[in-house]
This record gives sequence, C-alpha cells and structure tokens, in this order.
Amino acid sequence: MARKPSPQQEAPSNVSKDELLQYYRDMLLIRRFEEKAGQLYGMGLIGGFCHLYIGQEAVVVGLEACAKEGDKRITSYRDHGHMLACGMEARGVMAELTGRQDGYSKGKGGSMHMFSREKHFYGGHGIVAAQVPLGAGLAFADKYLGNDNVTFTYFGDGAANQGQVYETYNMAELWDLPVVFVIENNQYAMGMSVKRSTKSTTFFGRGEAFGIPGEQVDGMDVLAVKAAGEKAVAHCRAGKGPYILEVMTYRYRGHSMSDPAKYRTREEVQKMRDERDPIESVRDLLLTGKHATDEDLKAIDKEIKEIVNDSAEFAKDSPEPDLSELWTDIYADDLPQGSAEEHA
Amino acid sequence: MATEILMPALSPTMEEGTLAKWLKKEGDAVKSGDIIAEIETDKATMEFEAVDEGIMGKLLVAEGTQGVAVNTPIAILVEEGEDADAAPAPKAEAKPAEAKAPEAAGEQPGKSAVEEVATPQPKPRSPDWPEGTKMKTMTVREALREAMAEEMDRDETVFIMGEEVGEYEGAYKITQGLLARFGHRRVVDTPISEIGFAGIGTGAALAGLRPIVEFMTFNFAMQAIDHIINSAAKTLYMSGGQMGCPIVFRGPNGAAARVGAQHSQDFAAWYAAIPGLKVAMPYSAADAKGLMKTAIRDNNPVIFLENEILYGRSFEVPDLPDFTIPFGKANTVRSGDDVTIVSFGIGVAHALEAAKLLEQDGIQADVIDLRTLRPLDYDAILSSVKRTNRCVTVEEGFPVGAIGNHISAYLMENAFDYLDAPVICCTGKDVPMPYAANLEKHALITPAEIADAVKKVTYK
Repeated sequence: MARKPSPQQEAPSNVSKDELLQYYRDMLLIRRFEEKAGQLYGMGLIGGFCHLYIGQEAVVVGLEACAKEGDKRITSYRDHGHMLACGMEARGVMAELTGRQDGYSKGKGGSMHMFSREKHFYGGHGIVAAQVPLGAGLAFADKYLGNDNVTFTYFGDGAANQGQVYETYNMAELWDLPVVFVIENNQYAMGMSVKRSTKSTTFFGRGEAFGIPGEQVDGMDVLAVKAAGEKAVAHCRAGKGPYILEVMTYRYRGHSMSDPAKYRTREEVQKMRDERDPIESVRDLLLTGKHATDEDLKAIDKEIKEIVNDSAEFAKDSPEPDLSELWTDIYADDLPQGSAEEHA
Repeated sequence: MATEILMPALSPTMEEGTLAKWLKKEGDAVKSGDIIAEIETDKATMEFEAVDEGIMGKLLVAEGTQGVAVNTPIAILVEEGEDADAAPAPKAEAKPAEAKAPEAAGEQPGKSAVEEVATPQPKPRSPDWPEGTKMKTMTVREALREAMAEEMDRDETVFIMGEEVGEYEGAYKITQGLLARFGHRRVVDTPISEIGFAGIGTGAALAGLRPIVEFMTFNFAMQAIDHIINSAAKTLYMSGGQMGCPIVFRGPNGAAARVGAQHSQDFAAWYAAIPGLKVAMPYSAADAKGLMKTAIRDNNPVIFLENEILYGRSFEVPDLPDFTIPFGKANTVRSGDDVTIVSFGIGVAHALEAAKLLEQDGIQADVIDLRTLRPLDYDAILSSVKRTNRCVTVEEGFPVGAIGNHISAYLMENAFDYLDAPVICCTGKDVPMPYAANLEKHALITPAEIADAVKKVTYK
C-alpha cells in the first residue's frame, strides 16, 4: 500500500543528521525487539503478561533525547521500549522476558518488573498508576538532595483516571517537584476508549486545577515530542515544579498478547500505520533530506536485526535461575545495628 | 443552685490532664461559651468552655496542677447572690476517670483509680542494655520522638512526612518540636492523601532517602496499602536485589477508646503476613525507642505499629547515647514455669495483668513480648514452651488468621510432643468494634479472659 506523504517533509534546521539517525535507530530497535518478543511469546518462551510498545516508539525516544545523566525514569508495565531507550541492554531485557538468570531481575520480575539502578530506570510497575506517586517520590529525593535531576514519570490514559494521580499532582506542584508527567495517550485503556471512560478527554488540562502547566503533543512525531520534552525539562530544572505532557500516540498491537482488540477496527489500526508511523516518518526525513541513502538505512536495519537476534539467542541460552534464587533478595542486608554489647 | 465544673475528657483516651491556666477568677460572671480555663492534655493545650451560666464561685484546683483526673470537680459555679462556701461541698478526692484506657477499666473492682492506671512494667533486663546502666523515666511518646530526633541528627537522609506532623506538632504529639529543630525540608506536612504520600515516600526511599511516613492512624493506611505491599515490600525482589526501599511506615494501630469500628483495628497479622516487610510492635518505652532507631536504620520497609493508649505510659529507658534493640529478639518480661503467655504491643500489658491474677492462684506465667512480628523469635517461644508445656497467645486483633494462629500451628509442628494442652489463642472478638462502652470492653481481650485461658491449659 502506498504511503501518504509525511506531514513534515524536511527536517527542521535545528536537528542534525546524526540526531535523526539516532532516533531512527533507537525507534527501530524497540520495534524489532518487540516484534521478536511477540514471536518468542508465541513460541512459549515468554510467559504471563507481555505488553508491546509497537507504535509508541517516538514517545520515549523523543523524551530520552532530552535527558541528561542522573535523570530518572519510571513507567508502567508497557516498559520494554523505555528500557531500551535509556540504554539498558537488549540481552538483559530479553533474558528477563524469558525468565532467565541473566535477566535484569535475575528472572524474578518478568516483563512488567525490570529495573536498572545504573541507568536510573525505576521500573516497570504492574499496578496501574502506582508509578505516578513513586515517580514524584524520586523527584522529591532529587529536590531534597539539591541536584538538578528530573524524573520522567510515564503513565497511560487509563492510569490518568486513577485517584492517586491527582493526589500526586497536588503534592508535586505544592512542593515544586522536578517531575515531567508523561501521559502516553494511546486512546485505549485495555479495551476502553478514552471517550467511553471520561467526558474530560484532554488529560493535560486536568493539571490546571493544581496549577501545573502542560500541553498536548503529537506522539507519532519524534521531533515534536523532543521539542515539547525540552520545554518541560527546562521548566523542571529551573525549579518551577512539575510539567504535564499528554503525548497522543497509538499502539498497533493489543493491550497484551491475549487481547484480540475487538474494540477497534482493523481499518483504524491500518490507517495509523500507513499514515502516521513514527519510524517511517523519520525514514522519509532522512531520505528526502538526503541525510542517508537506502543503503545506509538498510545497514542500520541489519545492525538492529543482529542485536535483536542476538538478544533472543542469549535469552534462550541463559539458564533458568538457580532454585536458591527463590529465597534471595527478599530483604536487603542490614546495616550494622548497634547492640547492647557494643555499648557495654 | 451551685454547679460543679468537672475536669473534662478532651480526647478519646485522656485519663488526666494539667490545669494550665484559669481564665476566670472567683467572682467573675460566666456565660455559656466563655472560655474558663486552658487544659493541657498529653496531646495538646485545649480551651475549656463553660456550658452553664453563673458566677465563678470557687476555684477548687489551682493553676498549674498536674495529673488532674477526668471528672474531678475543678470549680463551683454559683447563681447571683449565692455563696460558694454555702453550696454543698464537693468531694475533695478525685473520682475515678471514666474515659480510662479500656484494659484498665474496671477489671479489678475495688482498686483505686491510681492503681488501675498503673502501667505493668516489664522487668528491667539485659542484654538489651548492660548491667548498671543509668535509667530515665519516659513515656512511649517521648521515647519515639527521641528515637526519631536522634536518627535525624545522625543521618541527613532521614526525614518525616505525614499529616499534621509539622506545624500542628503531630496529631498525637509524637513529632512535637521536630519542625522547629529540623525545619520544613525534613519535617514535611502532607495534605490528606494517604496513597499519594505513601507512594511519594516509597519513591524517595527507592532513590536512596530514608523516609519515616507517619499515618495519623493505621486505619488510614488501608488507603495506601497498595504502596506498602506492592511497591515497598516487593520491589527489592522484583528487581533482583537492585532496588532497596529503606522506609518506616509508623503510627498508632489497634483500638483507642470509644472511636468505633473504622478507627479501632489491629493490623499486626495483616502486615506480618507479607514477605519483604518487617513488622515491629513495641510495648514499653525502651523497646519503642530501641526498635524505632533500628527501624530507621534498616534497609527494608518497616511497619512500626504503635498504640495510642500506650503513648502516655511511662517506663524506664536506658540513658545511653545510642541505644538500639535488634529485630527478631523477643523479651521475657516475666519468668515462670507453669505456662507461656506470648504477646506483643498492648497485649503485653494485658498478659502481665493476667499473670498477676494467676499468681494469686499459684500459677507462674512466663510472659514473652515478641516485640517484632517479622522477624519472629520462634526460638524464644519454643524454648519457653518446652519448659512450661503450655501456651496461651494474646493479641488485640481479630481471631481468624491471627498471629496466635500462626504460633499455635508452629508449636504443633515443632513442639507437639512437649505440649500438655492445646494452645489457646486469646484475641479480640470476631466483630467490628462497637461504640458503646460496655460492648467495646467485651470486644477487646481482657486480663480475666487470659487468666481463664491459662487455667484451661493448666487444668486448674
């Protein structure tokens, strides 16, 4: 099927060729990784819940382009893309999906529960909206410690109807916490469309009640996401408190692997893919702007495919966790606790 | 006709207070609604309004008098032209308080009010502190406050957050003075948003701070229990050991007095069921202090269950610069060979009172205060039961899925051949807490019921 021309034919002058190539590469890695995860799920190598990020790649890639070292991120259970975008290894993520020893959580967390202290990735949370106050808490810690780090707190349009989001908005603004609330509005909370869940359908506007500025962003356009992200991050770093980005996006796949997605038409999905695909848009920019040739892009495709295949092989070969792992990591080692003998 | 003005009960658990200041002099006219005195409770200084109209005839209790029991006549109101001295003389002695702690209310008829509210003291012991250590008398409230202040001095990452912890000085005065001492950065007043601030506290702990999250009472923590369990307790495991969560969730737990079903529940068994949490529930002030310091230093989420009725009770606390009590070590608060009574929190007060009753019948009880429920000191229970061959557990919580059930199952599996009688679990009754004073009393576990249980297992 012929693609309609992308709304943006030329790259804005303030975006370099290298940046465009980086976004293309990062989004493609997420897309191919998720396709592979879906495949491994079908083979029975991945179990339980598995929520794919296909279609939403521009959101996290655009925002990660605004982050500096020390910034934190936290998200929901649809988290594979966020982990890859912040630099976590495809191997470790895939091995966690297969429940193996070399996974980021030693196989004990699974798709929804992965973390990286090193990359400041705080999960991976399976309870809808629980990550919102947790994210504000990460920002609280940075403000307490007096640094200029920012926390990106991602949640969906479904989570946006949970009460704890608004308790968090209130306190985040009250205390000027450096947190960017990123609402990934993919228009469906599992099977419930936004219109069936609320009459207040512009989610960023709900921040107004608490004094939090925000805006809606085209989440299928990585450059638009990045531009809005920079504004939000600057606001937070300047000590002005939180900012809300409602990023309009779309997931191509079902809510999870077992979702037949009967709540929307095949045509609706196909139209998005054909007209608004975030990766194809950047590809067009690269080609029409003569920043890259077909050959260049093919080479990137091949490189990505190798990374993803390697991660899959790694995840299949990694051993299952030792049975002793059942009993580890329940409690952190305690600091030495003074005892009476020590005082004697 | 002259009217007696009585010392008012200004909170559900108030037993006595200080008459801080008279705002009316003898001879002053008093209108209904006039503030006649300032009365200091253990929680706050309250203004006391007149209900009746008249002339202040006589002030019976001088300004600054401490320990004035609730319902003691403090003044006489007379009518125009009436002589206060001619009015019927009020009884000079204090009447027994009516709003007393439930466990003290009328269990031993004939005892005076003073004796009734006396706090059963655990025997001073080592090795919690060395022989000959200088001791000081403190309330549980002061002990908790001192523990938090010492840890905040010791570690810059420790801060406290919760409803009314700062400007208001704490709903139960536990955090009194901390705002002035540590400032707004480290003593954070939150709006009434339990799930929100429990989540923010947990996030701050994941990022490396050491929050103390106060719930005004643990009843309100049910709004936040998702973060306590799903976010705080499980993240270390789910992250393969990467994300520790050093946080203390603390506040009063269990029944206060006459506050009804939604404000009277012991959650010990709920939290003790969760791997990843630690659960402390102290009885004495020394344990409250030592365990609180340990809780703040612990690298795991700790549920610290306090008790409103115990806040004002006084105990001996070792006067040591850095006194801590390790988790998982029970304390034998009374020694005996005939039966083992295992309890924790305010249950220890009931158990000690029961032990006193039993002593009159020649039964000597070993009373074990668990102090922490997770980790639980199984060895202390086991070694005592192997000696006494009988066990009664005591707690305020509901009977189904109680801590006592767990202990009795443990003993059946591990000490079956040592038991000369079935273990009896004494608990609160299987009912939502009623409001009526007589019903509430019967809903709670009492020393008399514990003594009866002991007589059953000792076949006496």
